[in-house]
Amino acid sequence: MTDQDYNFAYLDEQTKRMIRRAILKGLAIPGYQVPFASREMPMPYGWGTGGVQVSAAVLTPEDTFKVIDQGADDTTNAVSIRSFFQRTAGVTTTTKTSDASVIQTRHRIPEEALTEDQILVYQVPIPEPLRFLEPRESETRKMHSLEEYGLMHVKLYEDISRHGHIATSYAYPVKVEGRYVMDPSPIPKFDNPKLGDMAAIQLFGAGREQRIYALPPYTQVVSLDFEDHPFEASKADHPCGLCGAEESYLDEVIVDDAGGRMFVCSDTDYCDARQAAGYKGKDAA
Amino acid sequence: MQAETLSGGFANPAVQSAHAFRSVMEAMARPGTLQDIAGAEPPAPLSKAAGSVLLTLCDTDTPVYLAGDADCDAVRAWLAFHTGAPLTGPSHCMFAVGTWEALNPLSVYPVGTSEYPDRSATLIVECEALTQSGATLSGPGIKTNAALSLPSVQAFQQNRALFPLGLDFILTSGSQLAALPRTTEVS
Ligand SMILES: [Zn+2]
Repeated sequence: MTDQDYNFAYLDEQTKRMIRRAILKGLAIPGYQVPFASREMPMPYGWGTGGVQVSAAVLTPEDTFKVIDQGADDTTNAVSIRSFFQRTAGVTTTTKTSDASVIQTRHRIPEEALTEDQILVYQVPIPEPLRFLEPRESETRKMHSLEEYGLMHVKLYEDISRHGHIATSYAYPVKVEGRYVMDPSPIPKFDNPKLGDMAAIQLFGAGREQRIYALPPYTQVVSLDFEDHPFEASKADHPCGLCGAEESYLDEVIVDDAGGRMFVCSDTDYCDARQAAGYKGKDAA
Repeated sequence: MQAETLSGGFANPAVQSAHAFRSVMEAMARPGTLQDIAGAEPPAPLSKAAGSVLLTLCDTDTPVYLAGDADCDAVRAWLAFHTGAPLTGPSHCMFAVGTWEALNPLSVYPVGTSEYPDRSATLIVECEALTQSGATLSGPGIKTNAALSLPSVQAFQQNRALFPLGLDFILTSGSQLAALPRTTEVS
């Protein structure tokens, strides 16, 4: 049952039409940021109102919806958004990646490969990859239109001269189909290789900055790099303490009052499924 | 006002437009795939698919161009009643609907600007039939190749050459649709 005090999926029909038109143009121009008139949502901006609005425009009552917050399904943010759409759109919710038809995410791409039957919706805080080089929207828009991306490379190269490697480890910029430079949202650069040639549709919503952009399935996405410093999808050099996974992205967590630490999968569904299948890490109980 | 004008809209707009949008989005994201779409019962000569697309995407903010036979009293009244979309000529439209012949020439539609390539028209092309044969498609949304019955090859190649500017197409027939964004390579 949906709550009758709300329209389906909360937003009014005119707002959903406007967002839907923006999504279609986003898919037609991969990596280009489509302006849209963001609405107030019954949650603070930090909670991913851009992603929430995109999900509201995309969901049908038959969908199975999953929300992850840096890989976890059980944070306050993830639980709130999940129950919001359960209430307003009547969708089934899940924490299992493979059961979900629509996944809203903050700062991660699930470890499990997504399929053609899935849609990944990203919450984006700052959609403009050139923002830190140029604060004026009128100028960044011009830079994108002229493909003036030289400064972006200069910035990455400064990283190399200062640190000996590219220090940018989150929101690492990518070039889409050889045309637009895009901010993949603050996912770890470990996730960057999954952006390209993905079977699922990827939609990006920035609420405060009022931008929607998209990657159709099987789109070419290349992380910016240099011949002498090729892009590297790095992660902590440990296996997961709970499930022993060697290939997953890890978070370092403090496990006791004595400051003991361990590395565990950031994707909790992935880690739980591996443990359920009998995999054990060195810190598993 | 004729009964035909009042009927044929979405009985449950929120849910039916959500389903219809998913069909349009899947089509636009995966050029060459055929999607079912339903809900609208528009007056002739519009197909159910074209009518459903119009109800899903159009409103008072979207100027619509009715091309050729689509520009008739019944369609005008139906579209006005159900969407409130203002009618306009091809050079100022956000959406246009009609047969390929009626929609041509393509050179008159807005293709966006270099800073706002999204400010371009979407053409809803009514087709006799849609089949996954004919022209070969490749590009974003397509794993290797796809095939789609298209009314022209050259026109879509010329449109592709404008990228990131360009027109986007939704092809409709009966209760089915396919789409061809500006990124698709056609041969
Ligand atoms: Zn694990």
